Amino acid sequence: MTGTIVRRLLSMLPVMAIVAVCVFLLLHLAPGDPAAIIAGDNVTAENIALIRAKLGLDQPVWKQFLVWVWALLHGDLGSSMFWGDPVISLIAQRAAPTLSLAFTTLVVAVTLAIGMGVLAAARVGTWVDRVVMGISVTGFSVPVFVVGYGLVFIFAHQLHWLPVQGYRPLSEGFLPWLRNLTLPSIALGLAYVALIARITRTTMLEVLAEDYMRTARAKGVAVAPMLLKHALKNAAVPIATVVGNGVALLIGGVVITETVFNIPGIGRLVVDAIARRDYPIIQGVIMVFSGVYVFVNLLVDLSYTLFDPRVRG
Amino acid sequence: MSGALRFVRRNPTIAVGALMLLAVALAAVFAPLIAGDPLLLVPIDRLLPPSAAHLLGTDHLGRDVFARAVYGARISLIVGLSVAVVSIAIGLAIGLAAGYWRRFDAVVMRFMDGLMAIPSILLAIALVSLNRASVGIVIVAITIPEVPRIVRLVRSVVLTVREMPYIEAAVSGGSPARKIILRHILPSTIAPLIVQGTYITASAILVEAGLSFLGAGVPPEIPTWGNMIAGSRLYVGRAPWTIFAPGVLLALVILAVNLLGDGLRDRLDVRLARRM
Repeated sequence: MTGTIVRRLLSMLPVMAIVAVCVFLLLHLAPGDPAAIIAGDNVTAENIALIRAKLGLDQPVWKQFLVWVWALLHGDLGSSMFWGDPVISLIAQRAAPTLSLAFTTLVVAVTLAIGMGVLAAARVGTWVDRVVMGISVTGFSVPVFVVGYGLVFIFAHQLHWLPVQGYRPLSEGFLPWLRNLTLPSIALGLAYVALIARITRTTMLEVLAEDYMRTARAKGVAVAPMLLKHALKNAAVPIATVVGNGVALLIGGVVITETVFNIPGIGRLVVDAIARRDYPIIQGVIMVFSGVYVFVNLLVDLSYTLFDPRVRG
Repeated sequence: MSGALRFVRRNPTIAVGALMLLAVALAAVFAPLIAGDPLLLVPIDRLLPPSAAHLLGTDHLGRDVFARAVYGARISLIVGLSVAVVSIAIGLAIGLAAGYWRRFDAVVMRFMDGLMAIPSILLAIALVSLNRASVGIVIVAITIPEVPRIVRLVRSVVLTVREMPYIEAAVSGGSPARKIILRHILPSTIAPLIVQGTYITASAILVEAGLSFLGAGVPPEIPTWGNMIAGSRLYVGRAPWTIFAPGVLLALVILAVNLLGDGLRDRLDVRLARRM
């Protein structure tokens, strides 16, 4: 088992190398002149040349690539052009709010979505099924920030139940932390819930049609154990795949959710960097988030062995 | 007429989705006829609630929300359609080649895996911020992350079709590769591409709104649903119409495109993993 994990971890390296090549090519072969854009309007040619030299943009492209990759291998993502601090430490400082938001969203969304999907499949064709599918279609169509402002309007401005915006670290207490994360997690999680509930329902319907499910019913297994132990366990692999792939939705949504609710996380770091054209930050966060995505999907791959012994070996 | 009615009854999702889109498209095309000036500032009329003079009220600068929403539809539709067309054109070419020539396939698919791992909204943010803001660059930035999805889809169709006896017959009959691809393989990709195209349109409209909302979209002087919401974010409690008029429109248009896609998928009978 340890051997498998080490081998899979190593298999991340080529994927991340290709990610690095893609990011570099897309950002460096773009037609615009980044130095001129970063400098803004009303600047002299010397100023632009200075920025170009600072970013190493005056070097040949292949050399820029090697310098960048060499730094990446040492965990160096460059320095912010505005703050001057290393990008990696800026990301580390902002990691706690983003991780909190990601954690609450994942836990709530996955539990809720699988529950909804199982329920819809068990009661297929009834109003329960229609409500779940309705939520699913809506979740795909309403953008994160529209859901976010809708929740803020109802639960903060009208009912005054929860704060409008902001973040409280866990060190100030569990309840303030949770109160501030409740609305952002719902807003961020809705599309994810839609995705997982839909795939859960589809795969559960396929499994429920299997012969061994009829046998389970015939020998008198109670409904709950039948659905959870017999059916859900066999539907777990496709669901886990979508849980992993759907993390892409969460990563994109984090940037917008943190803006709506003014949460000082990694997403805000990127959005602030847009206005300042601080592109080492944008590039660094892309690499980190891509790494997270690849890693989460690796964990999902490894989890298959828990659900399905046939995958082992 | 009865033929059209029968079509609507058998395909309600296609009909509802198409009608909603048609209404928005007509409003967008004839915007100057139905709406006033979206840029006109009337400071004395700030944050007015919806009324006969201002159907959807006014924003914090006294601009007419209805006029801005109607003009905003233009950007959403242009970006959504352009991204779908361009990503399908590029993805189709790469996918056909990758499915047919195995050596090309090995290299290209590794790059597609890499591209798929990059969060698309971040990649788009980076591309837009490194160039002067324009509608064109927004389209390019949203198109690039969509291409691998099309490539995968087309490639999987080609890999299935190329094992069919009629391809074998064409090969042994001496047809050139170009003819086999264009005459015998390409037609099988059309139905799944139409369905995938609608989903890409929906996702492109969503991403464009997100980029505009974050300030990494089209130039700020062009009204879009995303930058309308961003501009009004401080007034959500006092003037909810400034946020929810563009927000609800955005959701309805994306819902319409998704309904159309689901309807077409069922009607054309293509088995597709929805998104992802």
